[in-house]
Amino acid sequence: MFTSSEDMDTDEGGVVKKFMFVNRKAPYGTIYALEGLEVVLISAAFEQDVSLAFVDDGVYELKKGQDTKALGQENFSPTYRALEGYDIEKLYVERESLEARGLTEDDLLVDVQVVSSAELADLMVEQDVVISF
Amino acid sequence: MLHIVNKSPFERNSLESCLRLAKQGSAVLLIEDAVYGATKGGSVETQVRGAMANLKVYALGADLQARGVADRVMDGVTVVDYGGFVDLVAEHSNLQSWL
Repeated sequence: MFTSSEDMDTDEGGVVKKFMFVNRKAPYGTIYALEGLEVVLISAAFEQDVSLAFVDDGVYELKKGQDTKALGQENFSPTYRALEGYDIEKLYVERESLEARGLTEDDLLVDVQVVSSAELADLMVEQDVVISF
Repeated sequence: MLHIVNKSPFERNSLESCLRLAKQGSAVLLIEDAVYGATKGGSVETQVRGAMANLKVYALGADLQARGVADRVMDGVTVVDYGGFVDLVAEHSNLQSWL
């Protein structure tokens, strides 16, 4: 699926595919959100065209003010703000999912593009690879 | 684009979200517990019927038969076998397996 790093070093450059990671699970209740984030970070190392979509309970992954001290689990939410440093800058949040949960863009801990279902559908069909978490 | 859903619409929202985010002309293949979403008489029938105006819906025959619902498939849903499943994957340039 991934192009090897050797190919990346050639003058022609490697094959860059469009990857979208679709996050639909809340953090902490299951491992999906954290595992998804780790795969996103791995994909960044392969210099692919990566975007993230946050849909349904996945929008809770980006909620400001997460504090897991009392829970005893790692608070991985600051990592979403670090994605920019890995050249992952396309974060899309479905407006309908935000609104259904009484949230607005101001409740999110990172800059995102809020898009409609129809806009997100257009983005999805453009992808070479779509992976759900 | 091919969308594959494998969870019952009565337990999870993956089918609902798939139908909301699938672009017109896309295909949706229901497998495993998602095949209940292809059956008549339930509370999701209206939603799935509405989606079929814009999308092509398929269901895996082996999963329908295993659950005793092969005779309750909605009109307009195309039942496929495993070979048909492979054909659908091969025909589409990209796919999403909904979790």
